[in-house]
Amino acid sequence: MSIDNKAKIAEYLSRFFPVQDLKDDDDIFQLGFVSSMFAIQLVSFVEHEFGLTIDNDDLELDNFRSVGALDAFVSRKLSAPVAS
Amino acid sequence: MTSTLTAEQAQAQKEFRAFADRHVVPHADAYHRTQRTPPEIVALLASEGLLGLPVATRYGGGGADAVTLGLLAGELGRACSSLRSLLTVHTMVAHAVARWGSRELKETWLPRLAAGESIGALAVSEPGAGSDAAGVTTRLTRDGDSWLIDGHKTWTTYGETADVFLVLGRSPEGPTAVLVERDTAGLSTELIEDLIGIRASMTADVRLDGCRVPAGHVLARPGLGLSHVVGTALDLGRYTVGWGCVGIVDACLEASVDYAGNRETFGTPIKDHQLVRQMISNMYTDARAARLMCLEAGRLRDEGDPGALAQTSTAKYFASTAASRAAASAVQIHGANGCSSGFPVQRYLGDSRVMEIIEGSSQIHQIGLAEYAFQERALVRHRKAAATPRSEGR
Ligand SMILES: Cc1cc2nc3c(=O)[nH]c(=O)nc-3n(C[C@H](O)[C@H](O)[C@H](O)COP(=O)(O)OP(=O)(O)OC[C@H]3O[C@@H](n4cnc5c(N)ncnc54)[C@H](O)[C@@H]3O)c2cc1C
Repeated sequence: MSIDNKAKIAEYLSRFFPVQDLKDDDDIFQLGFVSSMFAIQLVSFVEHEFGLTIDNDDLELDNFRSVGALDAFVSRKLSAPVAS
Repeated sequence: MTSTLTAEQAQAQKEFRAFADRHVVPHADAYHRTQRTPPEIVALLASEGLLGLPVATRYGGGGADAVTLGLLAGELGRACSSLRSLLTVHTMVAHAVARWGSRELKETWLPRLAAGESIGALAVSEPGAGSDAAGVTTRLTRDGDSWLIDGHKTWTTYGETADVFLVLGRSPEGPTAVLVERDTAGLSTELIEDLIGIRASMTADVRLDGCRVPAGHVLARPGLGLSHVVGTALDLGRYTVGWGCVGIVDACLEASVDYAGNRETFGTPIKDHQLVRQMISNMYTDARAARLMCLEAGRLRDEGDPGALAQTSTAKYFASTAASRAAASAVQIHGANGCSSGFPVQRYLGDSRVMEIIEGSSQIHQIGLAEYAFQERALVRHRKAAATPRSEGR
């Protein structure tokens, strides 16, 4: 769907994981993240890179689990009507 | 040094400086001696809108950017690290509510916090858990539409006077952050006296004995209390502590330059001795470097740049170690007077020790900073690998 978005997400996540190529469906939580600030770095990256706001309701781990899941989440958020 | 500021930020800084010089500097040593923050100065900070500075205007706050908040923390830190700590913990709580609170929590708490009607405190540390915050043992148990909380928090800055606590506990889902009001049955506090620094900070032990709070008081979600809620609060806390340390270095430099110009030994002001000048020049360099790092952290924060986290940690680590160096030198330059309560440098020395422990000790920041260095390098490696065609048969 969004090759650019996916590439951006994969490149960002590649900083955190010692694998050469993160596959679309690699579960990043199972790979184990290395930094205690990882979660808010990731939230901050997604908000900054794609200009959206992550709310409490978005905090499903499934939205953040893999490159593919993040890409789908970003696409969904970007196409959702803006809340007043 | 102020050339990166907008006209509004420069004006705000002037006003913060005037406020600190008029209302705080003359009294800070007395606060330190008596180990108390008078409620009047808190009320004044509140009525000037300073406690709600970063809160969004729609909740009655000042809607200030991060750089402006930093400038306030810097000026308060120059005057009194205890009051700067009040700003730190209070804005940490407001920030966590703004970021991860439900709409209802935001509408209830942000106007109160913005107005300073309610003072917020952060209750994460326990007797057995500090740096390793995931080790907290405070228990959150679900009971119908509420949570029951049992635990013992300690080192809670302004815990003795705060109206609302952001408490990190453990629920079946994992680390969980919840707001607890002071008048909740089962909550009690006890002042911790005779600290080495921020002696006026009303730091307290907080006991939670079967405290019942509505389920809606949880921030973000159960399980995300540390990674998201406390992580977000700590990030802001590090930023304002870093700025507070810029203030400590400035205060050390001002006091040392004045003293060295007046005190004479061997027939000349001590400012003429090269070894004294060396201490001053190191302080001068540290003051500028720490300020620039904090300004850069502020700029990145205002841009929403994810690199702000690493820059904030770098700035806090550098500024707090710079404050330690500056305070030690300032006491040295003051000789015996520096060891007495007649000069504020003795206060700066104790305060600077605390700055290297709170909001992540120097060692915890060092660990994180190395991690950021590896992350940045990993990106370069990844890009190189992507650009290099793979040889066949690999
Ligand atoms: C005046 C004051 C006010 C405070 N205010 C608050 C507050 O408002 N709210 C709150 O929740 N807490 C507060 N704290 C507590 C503060 O956050 C903790 O003291 C801090 O997190 C360190 O924890 P600790 O004291 O348990 O030290 P420990 O975590 O036991 O660490 C002891 C020493 O070991 C080092 N160390 C620990 N782990 C490692 C490691 N992995 N590698 C290398 N070295 C390591 C530390 O750097 C430190 O030097 C306050 C503390 C003080 C002194």
